[in-house]
Amino acid sequence: MTRKQKRLSVIVGGLAFLGAATGLTFYALGQKASYFYMPADLTTASVQPGQRIRLGGLVEKGTIQRGQGATVAFSVTDTHKSVKVTYTGILPDLFREEQGVITEGSFGPGGVFVADSVLAKHDERYMPKEVADGLKAKGVWQESKSE
Amino acid sequence: MVETGHFALVLAFALSLVQTIVPLFGARLDNQRLMAVGGPVAVTGFALTALSFVALASAYANSDFSVASVWENSHSLQPMIYKITGTWGNHEGSMLLWVLILTFFGALVAAFGSNLPATLRANVLAVQGAIGAAFFLFILATSNPFIRLNPAPIEGRDLNPVLQDLGLAIHPPLLYLGYVGFSICFSFSVAALIEGRIDASWARWVRPWTLVAWMFLTGGIAMGSYWAYYELGWGGFWFWDPVENASFMPWLAGTALLHSAIVMEKRSALKIWTLLLAILTFSLSLLGTFLVRSGVLTSVHAFATDPARGVFILCILTLFIGGSLALFALRASRLTAGGLFHPISREGALVLNNLFLTTATATVLVGTLYPLALEALTGDKISVGAPFFDLTFGPLMLPLLVLVPFGPLLAWKRGDVIAASQRLMAAFATALAAMLVTGLFIDGASVFAALGIGLAVWLVAGALTDLAVKSGVGSVAPSVMLRRFAGLPRSVFGTALAHLGLGLTLLGIVATLSFGTEKILTMRAGETVELSGHTLRFVGLYPAQGPNYSEDRGRFELIGVSGSPVGEISSAKRFYPVRQTTTTESGIKTLGLSQLYISLGDEAKDGSVVVRLWWKPLVTLIWGGGLVMMAGAAMSLMDRRLRVGAPSRRRKQASAEAPAVLP
Repeated sequence: MTRKQKRLSVIVGGLAFLGAATGLTFYALGQKASYFYMPADLTTASVQPGQRIRLGGLVEKGTIQRGQGATVAFSVTDTHKSVKVTYTGILPDLFREEQGVITEGSFGPGGVFVADSVLAKHDERYMPKEVADGLKAKGVWQESKSE
Repeated sequence: MVETGHFALVLAFALSLVQTIVPLFGARLDNQRLMAVGGPVAVTGFALTALSFVALASAYANSDFSVASVWENSHSLQPMIYKITGTWGNHEGSMLLWVLILTFFGALVAAFGSNLPATLRANVLAVQGAIGAAFFLFILATSNPFIRLNPAPIEGRDLNPVLQDLGLAIHPPLLYLGYVGFSICFSFSVAALIEGRIDASWARWVRPWTLVAWMFLTGGIAMGSYWAYYELGWGGFWFWDPVENASFMPWLAGTALLHSAIVMEKRSALKIWTLLLAILTFSLSLLGTFLVRSGVLTSVHAFATDPARGVFILCILTLFIGGSLALFALRASRLTAGGLFHPISREGALVLNNLFLTTATATVLVGTLYPLALEALTGDKISVGAPFFDLTFGPLMLPLLVLVPFGPLLAWKRGDVIAASQRLMAAFATALAAMLVTGLFIDGASVFAALGIGLAVWLVAGALTDLAVKSGVGSVAPSVMLRRFAGLPRSVFGTALAHLGLGLTLLGIVATLSFGTEKILTMRAGETVELSGHTLRFVGLYPAQGPNYSEDRGRFELIGVSGSPVGEISSAKRFYPVRQTTTTESGIKTLGLSQLYISLGDEAKDGSVVVRLWWKPLVTLIWGGGLVMMAGAAMSLMDRRLRVGAPSRRRKQASAEAPAVLP
């Protein structure tokens, strides 16, 4: 190979590598990103059973039920609609009734959302941003000005 | 004292402006006296910032609640250590720590840079001063930690309980030393662009700074990971959280910089690329600061959200990244490119390393910013988490990890892959054996586990092979070998240790992910549970009172083979009344390199408690590997040719080398 060919092959190789990485990134973004919904959004969005999404809202009052072992069932609501969620594990420390929560998982066959992770606020001052924005958009909740 | 601190901060801001303007003009006009202003000003600026920081820290230590920041983030009942660490456990204080470290590094350049060419030194200090000026202004305008409250409240509102931990004393300072350490590389790069030339002293200076910054950043990330692991009670060590990515991106780019700087130093090639990488690395540090500090992301790190702050940091970001890249575009063509080399050589291997690392950085960047961009553009909220990074970052890292042991064994200029492969035969055999043993003899081992363990062993064995080959194992008498081993350059040990650490971290990750076990169950006092061969008895819940919290401590006994207890683990639910916050204190028992991890859940009505248990085999290696990597960087820093503080020798060297390397 001449020097020119060598240089060309290095450049082509590098570009092919970058191309492959770019392709992989966009494929992964399409496949692996999980969308955020609030319960009322689910009527319009077509979410397949088994598709990973994040579901956020408030923990509906009086719906927390402890089942067998460490399984917990509760409803997530945005005050318009609510969705039943089951979760096995330890709930976050700030998980309470009528508090903002984000659950991640997918819908099971029975229309119940099976969460494999539940996130609540980090401390008493803040609500998860997505939930706060969503509730504000629906006119349900206003940011308290006391802070 | 507080007013003194405030005044010192304003003065430091004014000095940073002087530090920016005067030396820069001095360098343009070639005026020695103007250029000489930079050094003393930088040192004074650091002293003033330090005074300001001490003032704030003493306000925290003395629980002076007339200071708004202290009132919001401290409490008189907090233990002293958390009162002091609380100084930077909030937005304002942590920004002050940021500029403190920035001015500290500037002062170091001023103190040790007497052997630098005068114009380079002046320009570096000017750029460093400009970064400082921007952040001082940011602090004074939007995040002033010295604002007073009148009337002063009697009691503070407590530090976020999650932050009341020793981790706060270690993680942020280390991380900032890393983040901000890269500012020196950035300043050197911009200074080189302003001058339009890269000379030998540039190369010699950038590499040790990169090493220092990289070492601290590695420590900061490892400490952050361990802190999240034990504090959050989820047993995870890395969550691909945007805030973690914000620190991981400069680390990846910094790792690339570390490697390309070697090529530049040894072979004076890849100059322009190294310069660009130095700019990009610090840009990613700034981006990280923006992501974490602006409130764009919700996390423990986002102490408070204030749009003005976000916009301000965004302006700083645009100014410095945009400005430096524009300067690069204008001036890069003026710089002469370095020597040529064969693709298969040490240089070639390091270029490949850079290709992989920068591409990996780009995927992490896309994964971190795409959700923000999408939300801004379409309003759709998505989260990009582990599945995305497993699919993109993982495949990119795999080939790189396979190639790591080859690099140090290839010669400069023109390497011999076959010879390197022959030398690596023993390492390869060891890795293959580890893979087979894992796959065949450990129950439930997946293909991924076997390959992962094999790869980790390959890295470790490869690093050891490098040392063995270089000290002549198998070709010379043992006594000669020992002498050679002791006489190897420190940087060779540094490389080997860093690669060894990488292997250990990988080993820890693969072992924990593949062979870790987990149980979630409800337990009553007296019940036992078995997990991966360890028997635990739940003794019961015991209430206790801490200085500023109350807790329910769940005690567990580890039962030995004989049936009697051999150890105790306790996990607690803590309640902090001031913030009405509950936290979980996980219970961890280290057994060898592995850990038993217990997290306590809620108490049910019938008195049973939800308990989550993990067995995490070899998990300590994840962070232990990080420590070994840090040791590698420290070892490289001790290499003779990089030793800081030996100016006489270096000056001699510089005069001997300079004509040969100058472009």
